[in-house]
Amino acid sequence: MTPKHALSAKQKRDQITGMLFSAPCLLGFIFFAALPMVISLYLSFTDYTVSKAPNWVGLSNYVNMFSGADPYFYKSLQVTVYYVVLAVPTSLIFAFAVALLLNQNVKVKGLFRTLFYVPSIVPVVAMSAIWMWIFNPSLGLANLLMKAMGLPTSNWIFGEGSVIPTLVGINLWSTGPTMIIFLAGLQDVPRQLLEAVEIDGGGPWSKLRHVTIPMMTPTIFYNLVMGFINGFQVFTQAYVMTQGGPNNASSFYVFYLYREAFKFSKYGSACAIAWVLFLIIMALTAVLFKLQSRWVYYSGGENG
Amino acid sequence: MNGAKTRKQVVLALTYAVLILGSVLSLLPLYWMVRSSLLSSAQIFEMPPIWIPTEPKWENYEKALTILPFNRYFMNSIVIVAAVLLGTVITSSLCAYGLSRVQWRGRGVLFACIMASMMLPTAVTLIPTFLVWNQLGVTNSYIPLIAPAWFGGGAFYIFLLRQFYMGIPRDLDESAYIDGASHLTIFSRIILPITRPSMVVVGLFTFLNTWNDFLAPLVYINDEKRYTLALGLQLFSGMYKAEWHLLMAASCVVLVPVMILFVLGQKYFIEGITMTGIKG
Repeated sequence: MTPKHALSAKQKRDQITGMLFSAPCLLGFIFFAALPMVISLYLSFTDYTVSKAPNWVGLSNYVNMFSGADPYFYKSLQVTVYYVVLAVPTSLIFAFAVALLLNQNVKVKGLFRTLFYVPSIVPVVAMSAIWMWIFNPSLGLANLLMKAMGLPTSNWIFGEGSVIPTLVGINLWSTGPTMIIFLAGLQDVPRQLLEAVEIDGGGPWSKLRHVTIPMMTPTIFYNLVMGFINGFQVFTQAYVMTQGGPNNASSFYVFYLYREAFKFSKYGSACAIAWVLFLIIMALTAVLFKLQSRWVYYSGGENG
Repeated sequence: MNGAKTRKQVVLALTYAVLILGSVLSLLPLYWMVRSSLLSSAQIFEMPPIWIPTEPKWENYEKALTILPFNRYFMNSIVIVAAVLLGTVITSSLCAYGLSRVQWRGRGVLFACIMASMMLPTAVTLIPTFLVWNQLGVTNSYIPLIAPAWFGGGAFYIFLLRQFYMGIPRDLDESAYIDGASHLTIFSRIILPITRPSMVVVGLFTFLNTWNDFLAPLVYINDEKRYTLALGLQLFSGMYKAEWHLLMAASCVVLVPVMILFVLGQKYFIEGITMTGIKG
């Protein structure tokens, strides 16, 4: 009888100890995630501004957005979706290709990996300053190189049509983390399977198509989800480099949200904008998870 | 056989060519920044462009750093980073221990909540959090920037450390437990010492993310005296739009600390990122 008794005393002690150890993140979750979400949801149904107390206005903030009464909502959504649709696939393909190259039998692999990763640690503000200078239409390096190669010059981030494609290109410069995750995933592709293809007379292309890519789908899926989540939250580049311009062509969703909240102090409608972003990201993630069974291969047989 | 061999060599040569070209493109913007920071304002407009500054203008740095009080911004950033680093390292490791090596009811739910919060867009929680800090009258201080670090330090770090702690064989602390050691002793005497590398990973990422953070300081800090380096650089780039040589010098200064850190700890950086991709 005693052992059982002792066990339950230990269990009781462990319950308290475990909760004490985890208390910081429990409180952190409440204070910095759960409560803000609830407050934000409540405020999104009010007209709270810096000068007046929150008044319940029902759905009117949401109606304002979706009816087009606030023209910036659709504009910023369109800009952001355009960016995400371009940036996510390009950065994934680019990072995957670099990882594949690094995974060949190259010497000084570590050095190359470092060189490709270095741009990702550059603070976004410094990065933005560098690119503003490089893409300066009259004096920047980009147009100098274009001229030297006999190619047409561009206004890059200062042109209404070229700003998003240019930002997508800039994004490729800092795909280091994605590349490293792919490279790590490639280490787990079973050698026997690759050798089996070789024995069957398959070349590098069929190895890639029939072994590497299927085995890499969980990693691709992870990077895809993170790519979408991060893509919808692009802010600093737009804030520092373009201020949403020219003519709102780079008015990203979070930039629009920031302006509504911290420039115009319209906290109520800003919270509605934020909640719509949250719902978009949730819905998108849910769809991606739903679709994953169609193309993501988990070697364990079970998801996880 | 011979044909296959030469083909392999050609492929390898091409691989190297692409990798070298990629590395050059990767470093070119950084080189251009350093190069521009060492030219005079006249030289910067010269055509064809000067690729290698023959008489580096080091005085650009002196000028850039005295136009705005960058040494003050530097100290501000250091203060914030130090406080955030300490909070993150202490509380994230405590939580990771509680979520991995102590059996208690509710543990799984809490961990699931924390993982879910990782997907929460910062922009969504930012406004209410700001409003609450504002009500408490502590905006324009570093409290809103530092406080979250003392509450677990962020889901990512807890997840990372928990992964490491789960990899440690259980019998190690079971036997210590039987010998009468408390969880706190096991945590500080056994788990912490053998997971020191993972702590370095957390520390490096915390440093980098705090140093590079822009949105939170932008929202909370109004007083220019309290600006961080990132905010100072943004202010500078707004004020001296055409002084590219000075802006590049200031950008270099913001970049140097993280570069040094990266060079010293790149093994840990790579390991940390690798961890995020697995079991995600």
